[in-house]
Amino acid sequence: MNEQKAEEGVWYIIFGAWVIALISTLGSLFFSEVMRFPPCVLCWYQRICMYPLVLIFLVGLFPLNKSVLRFSLPLSLAGLGIALYHNLLYYKILPESAAPCVQGISCTTVFIKWLGFITIPLLALTGFSLIIILQLLAMRKLKHER
Amino acid sequence: MKDKKIIIAAVTFVLIAGFVLAASIYRSSHAEKMGFMAKEDFSKFVPDYAPRTGDEKAKVFVVEFLDPECESCREFYPFTKDLLNKYQGKIQLVVRYAPFHDNSEIAIRIVEAARKQNKYWETLENLFQYQPEWGDHHNPRPDLIWTRLGEVQGLDIEKLKQDMNDPQITKNLDQDITDGRELQVRYTPSFFINGKPLEDFGAEQLKNAIEAALAEK
Repeated sequence: MNEQKAEEGVWYIIFGAWVIALISTLGSLFFSEVMRFPPCVLCWYQRICMYPLVLIFLVGLFPLNKSVLRFSLPLSLAGLGIALYHNLLYYKILPESAAPCVQGISCTTVFIKWLGFITIPLLALTGFSLIIILQLLAMRKLKHER
Repeated sequence: MKDKKIIIAAVTFVLIAGFVLAASIYRSSHAEKMGFMAKEDFSKFVPDYAPRTGDEKAKVFVVEFLDPECESCREFYPFTKDLLNKYQGKIQLVVRYAPFHDNSEIAIRIVEAARKQNKYWETLENLFQYQPEWGDHHNPRPDLIWTRLGEVQGLDIEKLKQDMNDPQITKNLDQDITDGRELQVRYTPSFFINGKPLEDFGAEQLKNAIEAALAEK
């Protein structure tokens, strides 16, 4: 009984991670397809990590398969790494010369600044962080159950 | 289990519907903002210095942000020309620059210098025609522009070379870049019909937008 309850909790946590991944995906598409902000190279790398999560989490939810955490964590960690790097460039903690974008779109062009500090790379960083927190939470829950 | 599927379906539906709704709201408010700017600040779209063609009394201004080195601009140019013929006396085409490529600036300086000899459109067409030679993305050869310019009848190339460095060209180009940024021009060609941005790019869409602007008058 207790085990079933824990599984139920894990289901909702993964569901939460799926919602965040879906919002991030649609949000990034909104920026590029509707507002027509050109995505820079780093943004593309982060998209590569974020978009598959929507499908991977979904498959892991029906029926609940705990391995989904193992399969999704490398993607979200890689995404977090790139997002961190991107934010360091964006907020000029790292010099721009360290940026890999030689031609085309600069990775440090500021397109939006909501409330004075919310930028697109910050949104990406938040998305990946939240997903990872939920993944770790689900893993802990499963460990305790045993 | 069944409930959960319903939750997923509901969340997916709500988020996608939200996306579509937000997109349509964004597009209409964007278009409205531009329309307002066109009324309030006409010169942001049609500055005095910008090359234009068509009947001077025509009330519909088609502003095209282009780049002589952009392939889509080259591909699209014949459609624009057709439309100019089709709506003769009714529309004016205004050219603004959005130099998004490495050699855009040289090309723009050349057409602008040709303008001083009244050879603007011929030269622009010449650059578009031979763009695959000089503007190849993997091996750009801006020097090749010169080998073909001789085909423009009556163009004095020596004079053109001198005029290219006119500081006024630099000033105008800078203004185009500033205005382009403000008008959120992020790809070329970008069209504004009486200040209204052409949201969906395409020949048919441009024609419809012109029809709509003509009907408004």
